[in-house]
Amino acid sequence: MAVAAPPTIQTKPLRERLAPLVIPAVFVLIFATVLTVAPASWPKLITGILLPGLTLAAIYFMISAGLSLIFGLMDVLNFAHGSLFMLGGYCAWTCNVWLDPNYAGHWPITIASGNLRFIIGLIVGTLVGAAVGSLIEISLIRPLYKRPIYQVLLTLGLVFVFDALVRTIPAWGSLSRAPIKPPMLTESLSLLGRRFPSYSLFLICLSVSLAVLIALVLRRSRIGLTIRAGVQDSAMVEAMGINVRRVFTGVFGFGSGLAALGGAVAASFIGVYPEMGLEYQLFAFIVVVIGGLGSYSGAAAGALLIGLARTFSDHLVLETGLPTAIASASTVLVMAIVLLLKPGGIFNKN
Amino acid sequence: MTPILEVEQLQTFIGQYHILHDVSLQAEQGSITAILGRNGAGKTTTLKSIMGLTPPQAGSIRFAGQRLNSLRTFSIAQLGIGYVPEHRAIFRDLTVTEHLILAERKRGDLRRRGDLIFSLFPDLQRLERLLGSQLSGGQQQMLAIARALVPETQLLLIDEPSEGLAPVIIEQMMRAITALSEHTTVVLVEQNFRMASAISQAYYMLDDGRTVDHGTMTALRGNPQLIQRYLGAA
Repeated sequence: MAVAAPPTIQTKPLRERLAPLVIPAVFVLIFATVLTVAPASWPKLITGILLPGLTLAAIYFMISAGLSLIFGLMDVLNFAHGSLFMLGGYCAWTCNVWLDPNYAGHWPITIASGNLRFIIGLIVGTLVGAAVGSLIEISLIRPLYKRPIYQVLLTLGLVFVFDALVRTIPAWGSLSRAPIKPPMLTESLSLLGRRFPSYSLFLICLSVSLAVLIALVLRRSRIGLTIRAGVQDSAMVEAMGINVRRVFTGVFGFGSGLAALGGAVAASFIGVYPEMGLEYQLFAFIVVVIGGLGSYSGAAAGALLIGLARTFSDHLVLETGLPTAIASASTVLVMAIVLLLKPGGIFNKN
Repeated sequence: MTPILEVEQLQTFIGQYHILHDVSLQAEQGSITAILGRNGAGKTTTLKSIMGLTPPQAGSIRFAGQRLNSLRTFSIAQLGIGYVPEHRAIFRDLTVTEHLILAERKRGDLRRRGDLIFSLFPDLQRLERLLGSQLSGGQQQMLAIARALVPETQLLLIDEPSEGLAPVIIEQMMRAITALSEHTTVVLVEQNFRMASAISQAYYMLDDGRTVDHGTMTALRGNPQLIQRYLGAA
């Protein structure tokens, strides 16, 4: 078949095509205005607000994307998503410490290269997160698909289970652990005459590449097609002869793995502590609600918005001496504004 | 002729509601069978029960000799049953082509079945790049049937194909369903008695979750009292 459609047919309304560009465009506009008004301040703006904002957005994206996809596909609001983020962080931190031959209580197998330990930590963290996520879906969530209230209670309960687990493991304990950066990413780079940590640039690059890769898979592959269709009507997808349950488990595992990878990279940036899960989970919920529950592009846009809003308000508080509470409130403020304008979130089509 | 679908004494609950009390029906291979009845008689639930979307609590469903009761929906579909649901269930954000690709069960299904599909619904070919949300009701209905035909289908369950469509489009849909019945058995749920009676050979009348009558469509057309009793107006 594959008969070329006449060129006159518009595939998508222009508005819909431009929607994903609106938020980046607004930021570019704001930055461009500031740069023209005060040209001397631009290196400070870029290294002081834009890049740190993107760094935060990178972490927010990794935890939010899975949360949103999971909700979109199977209507499960996973309150334990942040716990998987934390678990990934602890796994990565453990690899960094316990594989180190210089550490007093190191494992029988050690790896001399700090860079290699770091990479292994990321892989182990991601895999553990994906495996634990899949197990949770198969054993606990699956019997409760028709009982949403129970899902909420169950995943909330899991938060406490994971919290207790982390505190119980003697090597992890309840103390917070300082970040361990790989040697290759410890240096600061000189950027526009100011210093900027190379690890932040790594975070941004990793997250952007992942975002593009996932978007491509969703757009172009058969599994992506199945997921997009399933987000809209999973019963119909099943009636077409596709084993939707397997897709559910896959997406749950994938989203969990992505959150765990987020935790693993965050571990070398903010360190690890038992509360990190809940802390970032809160931001992830804000991001997902802003973007539109269930929307992948929404999660990306929301992460960008919240990351930048957060660093911008931090900066504002530092410069003007306003109370610090304003910085913390800024994300919720952004959410309130977005929801007043678009109650379903930026990318909600209903 | 042997029936390809045999449903016996089906009972289905949705939540706490007892929807189907005693539904039995058979569909002869290569025929069009209409399930008739008022709103709420259990027509849609009967199709959903066959597909395993609302699994029955009692009774039996056999398709080509195989019992479907304990199978999951995707396995039932894979046996060769196509489902065209009420309200069409078109995916808003997928293009027409993406719908058809998603429906492929084996690589090349679409190539093999493309000729049949586009001969039934030539319009779909020029709509390939449109999104589900941009299609008219009639176009969505065509796509919903086309989608069910992409894999090899021995039985097609179609729920209310005429719903919300203009008379001209209904005519077109009737021709298409008649034509596709040369390739597959069709079980049709239809409120529009004129359409159902024009294209089906057999009927089953449902009332309050029970099969109350069945026979050939010719016999039903000659029995206005029955039509009046169970369908209201003829």
